[in-house]
Amino acid sequence: MPFQPVKFYQTGTFTVGNRLLAPEERTVQANMQRTNGLNSGHRACQGCGEALGARYAIDAAMRACNNQLVAANATGCLEVFSTPYPETSWQIPWIHSLFGNTAAVATGIAAALKVKGRREVRVVAQGGDGGTTDIGFGCLSGMFERNDDVLYICYDNEAYMNTGVQRSSATPPAARTATTMPVGVEPGNVFGQGKNVPQIAMAHNIPYVATATVADLHDLEYKVTKAMGMHGARYIHIFVPCPLGWGAASNDTIKLARLARETGLFAVYEAEHGEVTSVSKIRKRVPVEEYLKLQKRFVHLFGKTPATETIARIQAMADRNIRKFGLLEEEGV
Amino acid sequence: MLKQCEGSHAVASAVAMCRPEVICAYPISPQTHIVEGLGEMVKSGKLAPCEFINVESEFAAMSVAIGASAAGARSYTATASQGLLFMVEAVYNASGLGLPIVMTVANRAIGAPINIWNDHSDSMSQRDCGWIQLFAENNQEALDLHIQAFRLGEELSLPVMVCMDGFILTHAYERVDMPTQEQVDAYLPPFVPRQILDPAEPVSIGAMVGPEAFTEVRYLAHAKQMQALELIPQHAAEFQKIFGRDSGGLVRPYRCEDAETIVVALGSVLGTLKDTIDEMRDAGHKIGVLGIVSFRPFPLQAIREVLKDAKRVVVLEKSLAVGIGGIVSTDVRMALSGLHLHGYTVIAGLGGRAITKASLHKMLQQAMRDELEHVTFLDLDHNLVKRHLEREKQKRRSGPMAENILRDVGVVAARIA
Ligand SMILES: Cc1ncc(C[n+]2csc(CCOP(=O)(O)OP(=O)(O)O)c2C)c(N)n1
Ligand code: SF4
Ligand SMILES: [Mg+2]
Repeated sequence: MPFQPVKFYQTGTFTVGNRLLAPEERTVQANMQRTNGLNSGHRACQGCGEALGARYAIDAAMRACNNQLVAANATGCLEVFSTPYPETSWQIPWIHSLFGNTAAVATGIAAALKVKGRREVRVVAQGGDGGTTDIGFGCLSGMFERNDDVLYICYDNEAYMNTGVQRSSATPPAARTATTMPVGVEPGNVFGQGKNVPQIAMAHNIPYVATATVADLHDLEYKVTKAMGMHGARYIHIFVPCPLGWGAASNDTIKLARLARETGLFAVYEAEHGEVTSVSKIRKRVPVEEYLKLQKRFVHLFGKTPATETIARIQAMADRNIRKFGLLEEEGV
Repeated sequence: MLKQCEGSHAVASAVAMCRPEVICAYPISPQTHIVEGLGEMVKSGKLAPCEFINVESEFAAMSVAIGASAAGARSYTATASQGLLFMVEAVYNASGLGLPIVMTVANRAIGAPINIWNDHSDSMSQRDCGWIQLFAENNQEALDLHIQAFRLGEELSLPVMVCMDGFILTHAYERVDMPTQEQVDAYLPPFVPRQILDPAEPVSIGAMVGPEAFTEVRYLAHAKQMQALELIPQHAAEFQKIFGRDSGGLVRPYRCEDAETIVVALGSVLGTLKDTIDEMRDAGHKIGVLGIVSFRPFPLQAIREVLKDAKRVVVLEKSLAVGIGGIVSTDVRMALSGLHLHGYTVIAGLGGRAITKASLHKMLQQAMRDELEHVTFLDLDHNLVKRHLEREKQKRRSGPMAENILRDVGVVAARIA
């Protein structure tokens, strides 16, 4: 493994600089021998969180299974930008069937591998939030319930991006999308009841559920590696900012993912057999405005007369998350 | 070995002898007994190695089969009616990807109104989905066609539907000649996929294809079905060599040699038709029957060959193309291009209405006098229809149609006899 000696601390972030770590503790991404499962040259937008998340996750999964990995992929940005045939970015066996059936396709692959006695080959399924929390939800729940040997990864960018940023059940309240325009008495997306798929996955008591963001590479890789060490149905929900759909700067992708966690809006935790086993604490709590203000999808909240009430409701959501998951150090789990 | 058994049981046994590796099951009548039978065989270890997966919907059933087939496993499922419609998006996907899945369709009507009985509306709705569609006349043929289906599908990398009439065949106890495992193994080689998801040789399957190549890819789907037109008779001939039975093929003409009137049909109604035609032949009428086994690919040439010297063709179909009439008859007319003969479409047996010899006699006599309407609904109760139309004229809020008709009919247990 190529090894660079310690040079400096990373500043301005809480990320542990790889170079401070012993080689075996460094991330897969920092290793020149990483597989680049999702290779460069794809057509994702600049700063695409989904492309980043998929590369992190697949490379970590590849290392965990000695490169014996097969992937099923839902229709969506990741599928479209990665396979502009005759070019493909996938260095692994990969199949795209439909938008709403990815978990079931993965079940079929796992069944075939089992029947062929190829237990060393592992299966991942991946889809966007639309493909996971909406149209693919039935197949996903079926796969969980049967405890099929599949790791399902959801790349959550909080809307249907590939079709031009429409609302999904993962779209947050007040957000502007093409189908929830910032007009009328309640501009942007409605305050619905939400649909927390990691929690729903936990309700299936499957062996492993985790949430992660692209802001914390170590944590993401740790969770993928841990999931790959287990069998049965496993679910990882990765928060992946989308500069295009959110109206954010391409170089703010990591910052936004970090702020989602630091505000409490996105709880980062893991759970085994339906019980939370660890929670990533907020290191420096920030008000939701800091997160919202960086995104044009929330710009209507900060006009001449700021939508203080709406912002307060979003803050209340973050506060509820913080209470529910014990995201602050002093509150404990 | 001769055996008296239920049609579903015969099919389950045949499928098991084809050594499927992944079976997906979701309940819907009248298909259920088939997968139940297979499930028991897998659970007891009689059918091994095989994964039997109880899925949460037909959409998942076909999707699991897609994943399994793409990973190199011989895959099977069965469905009917609403179940087939529920999986449609994946049905097209399986053929588009070229995955040789075999699926039994226990033909059943489509709602609304919901109806569990037999007709061909379900698989006919999928006539353009890219699957090969074979129709069984009786339980023996249903059994045999499943064995041929795996062979054909895998040779062409195309999925195959074996269509058998729900209840009429699936639930009928008939004598079948059960093949031996050795015979099936001699006929059906192990599945060698053309494409496979394997880390040793990573490929991407299912990429987006634009205008630059889409036509060619679609044309290939068609060209493969044209290849099937050649393979199906060859496979039937080889089948006969090993199993000693004439089963499958493209079409089955019966007493058509000098026939002036030929009835075209698919599935189990061919039995009743043959009996009727025998009686009419005895009475001196020049009449025959043409059974279509392969509905997709549609054997235009073979059909034309049989029909070309007839004076009239009556297509008897258990499906309805609402707004025009027949589905099969439209295809049959393609086969008759340039020929001058009378063509009649007879819609019969919808939602399980019995097709009796008496009704067939009456209808065929009319046809032979060329007095039949071009689109005829066999045994339609015109009074019931008139009564309802009148009701709609009288009253804006006339209420739900099906329920009104049922009330008019009065208490008769489902009219299936
Ligand atoms: C059955 C079906 N419905 C709709 C579509 C159109 N469609 C393709 S991708 C997509 C959006 C995907 O959204 P998501 O799953 O969140 O992934 P993202 O593109 O955001 O990564 C939609 C609506 C489709 N391909 N299939
Ligand atoms: S639209 Fe969003 S998710 Fe899609 S490629 Fe661009 S940044 Fe990535
Ligand atoms: Mg999305």
